[in-house]
Amino acid sequence: MKKNIDLFPYMLLLPALFITLLIVAWPLAETVRLSLTDASLKPEENYIGFANYEKILSRRFPEVIGRTFLWMTLAVTLKLLIGLLGALLLNAAVPGRTLFRILTMPPWIIPIAIGMFIWGWLYNGQFGMISGLLQRIGLSDGPIEFLATKNAAFLSTVIADVWIGVPMVAVYLLASMQSISNEMYEAAWVDGAGRLYRIRRITLPLIIKPLITIGILSAIWTFNAFDAIWILTEGGPRNGTTTMIIDTYKTAIDRFRYGEGAARAVLIVLIMMGFSTAYYLVLRKIRKSELM
Amino acid sequence: MINRYKWWEYIAIYAGIALFLSFILAPFVEAFVVSLRPLDSVFSIPYRFISEDMSFEAYFSMWESVPLLWLYIFNSFFIASSVTLLSLVAIIPAAYAFARFEFKGDNIILGSFLAINMVSGAVLIIPLYRVMMQLGVLNTYLAMIVPGTAFVIPTGIWLLRSYMMRIPRELEEAAWVDGASRLYTLRRVILPIAMPGIIVVSITSFITAYAQQFLFALTFNRKIELNPLPTGLYQYFGRNEVIWTELMAASLIGILPVIILYLLLQRYIIAGLTAGAIKQ
Repeated sequence: MKKNIDLFPYMLLLPALFITLLIVAWPLAETVRLSLTDASLKPEENYIGFANYEKILSRRFPEVIGRTFLWMTLAVTLKLLIGLLGALLLNAAVPGRTLFRILTMPPWIIPIAIGMFIWGWLYNGQFGMISGLLQRIGLSDGPIEFLATKNAAFLSTVIADVWIGVPMVAVYLLASMQSISNEMYEAAWVDGAGRLYRIRRITLPLIIKPLITIGILSAIWTFNAFDAIWILTEGGPRNGTTTMIIDTYKTAIDRFRYGEGAARAVLIVLIMMGFSTAYYLVLRKIRKSELM
Repeated sequence: MINRYKWWEYIAIYAGIALFLSFILAPFVEAFVVSLRPLDSVFSIPYRFISEDMSFEAYFSMWESVPLLWLYIFNSFFIASSVTLLSLVAIIPAAYAFARFEFKGDNIILGSFLAINMVSGAVLIIPLYRVMMQLGVLNTYLAMIVPGTAFVIPTGIWLLRSYMMRIPRELEEAAWVDGASRLYTLRRVILPIAMPGIIVVSITSFITAYAQQFLFALTFNRKIELNPLPTGLYQYFGRNEVIWTELMAASLIGILPVIILYLLLQRYIIAGLTAGAIKQ
């Protein structure tokens, strides 16, 4: 019995395949190839094996990798913490909750660049709001240049990125909380469980899976954060906020070292694949435990 | 009644919400207040939140300081709308294929589309730059539209696929029995019924495309008059003497359209954006 292959569904996929192959798949393969060459502005490219990888792994780059993971871990932890607290508060049945939920989303939907122009002003040391308020309430003696010193810039870019990411985490977790049936809360209430007890024993266990999902997605987005850091500091001062993605961009676009930049990009892709595998494994485990 | 709070619980909840929302909204409030103040009052020590002589002055003078502002806003809209239209051409048939047909490799192909969300444009920037150069589209709208499209397609396919899976099959089967071709059925039967889903996908794509314009414009475009709002204003942000009042005014005017769109359609936008993150 020979089955004819139906080509129709494949035809339907052609436009999507064309664009994604051109913009994502082929450039990805090309990045891998370039990472094994000494490509630069020169017209000729030579195959040089893993020399780029050896070069970047023996120099400053391990420091950049460490910094990136620290930056990401800090930002994602804060996003999840603040987002979870926000979602719990927005889930409370108080008047105005619909409005509060609407007011949560703007940082996520506006262009990141615009949000960062505003944060750039907030971080202004001389006249900015944060430095000004800290001086007013006596927490600081003089102006604080948030983006001018290494550690302060590191933390400031984290906070600004948390501001971008919190709305999505909060609204996503809120949606999962609202899918928990009321009967469960009522049953616990009849048994005399207090409000905090119900949150601890019903809400939190039931949103642990969505929390993991949004945590991993958030980690991927945060790892790839480019706009926020580039606009606030361009990776400075003294490379204090240079994450892997910023370093890749600088190497390739500013210094025209395509080969070395591509090697950095490949390392990022490998790390992303690690995250995606984790994501896939977690989802599979969730689905399995739901079937039982 | 289970949901009745005691008075102190109300206070605690509202205080918590106030704290949470002030983190989210304080930047917008401060930006708005600064946009209303004269520059020399903003540049004064100690810090003050408001001053007496507030006016909408900056909202008029900014059109002279940033002469191409209207063009930047137009470009942002033009690019985001083009991305939306182009992505629909790819999303609608693909979503239909995944929703209705079983074919060899369907799961792998769908998975690969979704995996695009794990890659960021910045990682691919080197070969992308060369592709754009070879196609001869550097410094044109196309260099900002086409890459942007690739990154909204995955979420769109996922959203529309789940919507189309809920459309009863009987409708198409009836059309096939009447002798309609499958492409005709997609156009005349499925498209109209799927319209609400397509609208949600369009809004989500538009919002995403409006928000993601910085990187591609920064890298692929050197023509000042083609800048979308983010790179257009970035030139002013990077200067030593930033006219903050006007920059804040221009930023707020630039996000006003998406904010209005969001307020009108917030239910669909929140649903679309969160569903886009689920992708189980």
